[in-house]
Amino acid sequence: MSCTVSMTVNGKTVSREVEERTLLVAFLREHLGLTGTHVGCDTSQCGACVVHVDGRSVKSCTTLAVQANGAEVTTIEGLAAADGTLHPMQAAFREHHGLQCGFCTPGMVMSAVDLVRENPNPTEAEIREGLEGNICRCTGYHNIVKAVKAGAEAMAGAQPAPVAAE
Amino acid sequence: MYAFTYQRPTSLADAAAAIQAEEAKLLGGGQTLLPTLKQRLARPTDLIDLGAIPELKGIREADGGLEIGAFTRHAEVAHSDLVKRVIPSLASLAEGIGDRQVRNMGTIGGSIANADPSADYPSAVVALKATVTTDRRSIAGDDFFTGMFETALEPGEIVKSVRFARPDKAAYAKFRNPASRYAIVGVFVAKFGAEVRVAVTGAAGSVFRAEAFETALSADFRAEALNGLSVEADGLNADIHASADYRAHLVTVMAKRAVEAAG
Amino acid sequence: MANPNGIGASVRRREDQRFLTGRGNYTDDFKRPNMTHAVHVRSPYAHARILGIDFADAAAMPGVVAVLTGADMEADKVGSLPCGWQIHSKDGSPMKEPPHYPLARDRVRYVGDAVAVVIAETREQARDAAEMVVVDYEELPAVGSSTRAIDGGAPLVHDDAPDNVCYDWHLGDQAAVDAAFANAAHVAKIDLVNQRLVPNAMEPRAAMGEYDQSSGEYTLTTTSQNPHVTRLLMGAFVLGIPEHKLRVVAPDVGGGFGSKIFHYGEEAVVTWAARKVGRPVKWTADRSESFLTDAHGRDHVSHAELAMDADGNFLALRVSTLANLGAYLSTFAPSIPTYLYATLLAGQYKTPAIYAEVKAVFTNTAPVDAYRGAGRPEACYLIERLVDVAAGVMGMDKTEIRRRNFVPKEAMPYQTPVALQYDTGDFAKNLDIALPLVDYPGFQQRRAESKARGKLRGIGFATYIEACGIAPSNVAGALGARAGLYECAEVRFHPTGSVTVFTGSHSHGQGHETTFAQIVAERFGIPIENVEIVHGDTNKIPFGMGTYGSRSLAVGGSALVKAMDKVERKAKKIAAHMLEAAETDIEVKDGRFTVAGTDKSLGIGDIALQAYVPHNFPLDELEPGLDEQAFYDPKNFTYPNGCHVCEVEIDPDTGVTTIVSFAAVDDFGNVINPLIVEGQVHGGLVQGIGQALYENCVYDEESGQLVTGSYMDYCMPRADDVPSFTVCYHEDQPCTHNPLGVKGCGEAGTIGAAAAVMNAVVDALSDYGVTHMDMPATPEKVWRTIRDAAPAPTPAMAAE
Repeated sequence: MSCTVSMTVNGKTVSREVEERTLLVAFLREHLGLTGTHVGCDTSQCGACVVHVDGRSVKSCTTLAVQANGAEVTTIEGLAAADGTLHPMQAAFREHHGLQCGFCTPGMVMSAVDLVRENPNPTEAEIREGLEGNICRCTGYHNIVKAVKAGAEAMAGAQPAPVAAE
Repeated sequence: MYAFTYQRPTSLADAAAAIQAEEAKLLGGGQTLLPTLKQRLARPTDLIDLGAIPELKGIREADGGLEIGAFTRHAEVAHSDLVKRVIPSLASLAEGIGDRQVRNMGTIGGSIANADPSADYPSAVVALKATVTTDRRSIAGDDFFTGMFETALEPGEIVKSVRFARPDKAAYAKFRNPASRYAIVGVFVAKFGAEVRVAVTGAAGSVFRAEAFETALSADFRAEALNGLSVEADGLNADIHASADYRAHLVTVMAKRAVEAAG
Repeated sequence: MANPNGIGASVRRREDQRFLTGRGNYTDDFKRPNMTHAVHVRSPYAHARILGIDFADAAAMPGVVAVLTGADMEADKVGSLPCGWQIHSKDGSPMKEPPHYPLARDRVRYVGDAVAVVIAETREQARDAAEMVVVDYEELPAVGSSTRAIDGGAPLVHDDAPDNVCYDWHLGDQAAVDAAFANAAHVAKIDLVNQRLVPNAMEPRAAMGEYDQSSGEYTLTTTSQNPHVTRLLMGAFVLGIPEHKLRVVAPDVGGGFGSKIFHYGEEAVVTWAARKVGRPVKWTADRSESFLTDAHGRDHVSHAELAMDADGNFLALRVSTLANLGAYLSTFAPSIPTYLYATLLAGQYKTPAIYAEVKAVFTNTAPVDAYRGAGRPEACYLIERLVDVAAGVMGMDKTEIRRRNFVPKEAMPYQTPVALQYDTGDFAKNLDIALPLVDYPGFQQRRAESKARGKLRGIGFATYIEACGIAPSNVAGALGARAGLYECAEVRFHPTGSVTVFTGSHSHGQGHETTFAQIVAERFGIPIENVEIVHGDTNKIPFGMGTYGSRSLAVGGSALVKAMDKVERKAKKIAAHMLEAAETDIEVKDGRFTVAGTDKSLGIGDIALQAYVPHNFPLDELEPGLDEQAFYDPKNFTYPNGCHVCEVEIDPDTGVTTIVSFAAVDDFGNVINPLIVEGQVHGGLVQGIGQALYENCVYDEESGQLVTGSYMDYCMPRADDVPSFTVCYHEDQPCTHNPLGVKGCGEAGTIGAAAAVMNAVVDALSDYGVTHMDMPATPEKVWRTIRDAAPAPTPAMAAE
């Protein structure tokens, strides 16, 4: 009941022999040691586990590792530049105090990046709606919303051309 | 989650063969199935992932309406220019399913085959006079949903695509469960010439048509036409979030909002 | 020049780098060689006798290392989880304190009560095997609510707690209150429920036990707000491990809100089991388990009456509360509905006589203990709802009745009739700041505009005061606390001038690594980068009472100041020696030590170096080293206070309430980091709003089953449920009795918000004759209230 799962995680090809029932989040945390992706619930509601699979945000607690076989996966550990420079969205969360205990933060940031990819200039309402799959108990969302707005602007500024935003 | 064997067939025929195994289950986007398995509420021997089957994918214009492959994710429907042009109300329904991450994984085929009483798609299947095509036959949307988590699908039958007719006007209005975000009541109103269909999800064990509403709206397609009309509370769902009579009330409210949104 | 990273600066948080890049270290992130995984077998019944446990099949499952039960713990003489506070009833008898074993022995008393633990190579294997443990239960009738608990003939949760009563306590002068009511011109009354909540820190609880056979030392890594307290309670009372052989580490902790203060059975189980199986044992709750077993909050049923004279002056307050403590006493449970609740019933008002009685009962539900605010939100909600009712009785404006009864600034320090002495506060000023923020005069027009759109608009005020900076040990001790409530800090200058601070406060979102460093940077004029804050490890930090009750800065920060004072005194001696001056001639400013009237001076860095290179120290008078420790025990509580104003709009067709605006004006005394303070307020507000509109922990009254056991049914506020906020504070009323002049800000938002929202909801429904609605104001409840109101309002009524 085990199988080989291979995928590209944060730019590196990885391959592991795992039980087929292994969730993507367990694959990342337990098999690859990428513990930045968190588990906050067991009903696919909280979003602490959000990662990107082939560029789209998904809940890694509700995805089997085998479903991501062959995929490009990006986790919070892979978001900053190789030299450690924070992604504009990460930097915006820091600047605007969009995190407190930090537990929901990886999922929140990954969702925010996906949200802005799809809607480069979101309104406050669109940000709030776009984050409905991520629960934060600390911040009251106020500063997260500010951070995402600023992150979106920074992402737009950081792109050489609008086409590259896709 | 209990242990299982995972299979990923690359053709519909292979999938049809694989699903014949006893206690095998089809895996669409997994957004309902995987939480169920995590809670150990089901114990399939095999999971047949439908994600690598080309026949199940894609959105096409068909007979003036749309044909959507079963393994089309909610986000693809929501963002499809074709869907937005031909049946914008369907795109907007898809955009309101679950949350962004659920929409990026969940599929239309998985949603309708699961027949969750509070899922959104069943209302569109019924209101938009859909036809569900399987690997064996075609099933009229009106006949597809037979009860709570029950459909006309036979064991091992695989949904291939769903064909939706193009309405003149349509809209979907939903009142969400504030906790789970599923529909407490969702009403899809669609107008085809003189015919109006009103399909209600969330309120009962299965999607149903509000016939009195349809009659009223066929005569006068305005929200005011529904004044004084309501569905029977008897037999509607009741839980800590909404009693049956509240749901009955919301059916009228949401129907009016859908009519207004349909314009 | 002021330190750019000193006190008052919105320094961006230093801990964020690791959290934002996925490098936080939460308990479940730890992995040890040879580590095993624990899964608990939990009772599916609210109340049952355990007739037997058969785990033969489970023990034979793949990967299973051990299956352990309460009998194994009993054989090893494992004790009961202790309770840290003793309350005495009116009649002087001590509270009932039944044992609470980490693994149940003969009876289970709530759904989720642990009966066995399965330890296996992987978590999934442990789960597989846990399902195979067969427990033979004899189900017993259950008590699912506090009102059922005191219903004559209700089943007994504990045989030695007659009528399910833990204690029947009171506070205040009953005779004075009775006399005031006898002479009152008007009386306002209210019956209300402060519903049970589940704290829901986003990181589920987790614990990992390790045992080192060579040294005999145990290590517990756990999701705790106060590792030293856990070490004391677990070591001394449960497992019998002396402190020097027990290390407790609370690494990065993903939120607590009270729920991670307490010592939980799972911590003892993994620590004990680690020695038994000879391998590290890790347990991590899944969310469903958290819902069942984290200590819950609130759960009061109250009746209150307010006596007034003919002009609306408050004469006396009478409160009777039934508090649900759950199945067992959690660590601080008995203090919450008593000394953290009834002592706050004066609120911001000069009500001269107050009498409160609190009956606390056992039920077959999860234990109830502190949840953000802990007693104070319950007090605030009761007072502020009652004051709105009183305004209605008097026909007075809701701001006017409050203003008339405020304790005036000039009356400070003010002794309340319920034990506390407020040191500072300018309650009228809070209101004065708030009113323009919300354009109160324009409200009636906005209400009319809403009406024209078919919507109902309401405005709600809540003023609050809380007792924070918990707590003066002598006071707490006199009131039944079995611990001191001081804090400890150590400030260690290193030879090259950098500083490590060891604090007994614990940060689980509050940002101590930044704010505590600001205080040190400011004091010594050094770059903030040169200051490291260490917390959460009993082997590193001298001692600590932890973080709760908005105490970190007021108590832990004060300990830090005391330690810095000691460092400065020592540095002054060293400077005097080096500069060949009398110690009395040394002036200190921003970390520079100058001989008065000269240009001879030294920086703290130079002094630190000399402290560790004492080549010519007069060793009889001057010890080498620059490392000082201090304990600070507060003289009084601190009293953060404020005024919150909420405006809502209700859709009568669906009953949905939308918060249109929310303004919070707070007095936290002096503020170290405005950015962090505002963030604390925002988060607190949403927890209060959550209680008012969304959250409700529901148990079936008869069966004791938890109905809202996941996020599918327990409604957590999400980003699209809440607005952005207007938050402001003033620093005009610093705390008078701690060195930083700080009061604490962690709980304020939660304390004020629920009352403000509910007052707004009731105001919006006032045309329908509504004077009260219990929380949460769910759409159905609001819709039903409107529908059942008879008669429907006439247009004339609506227009006013």
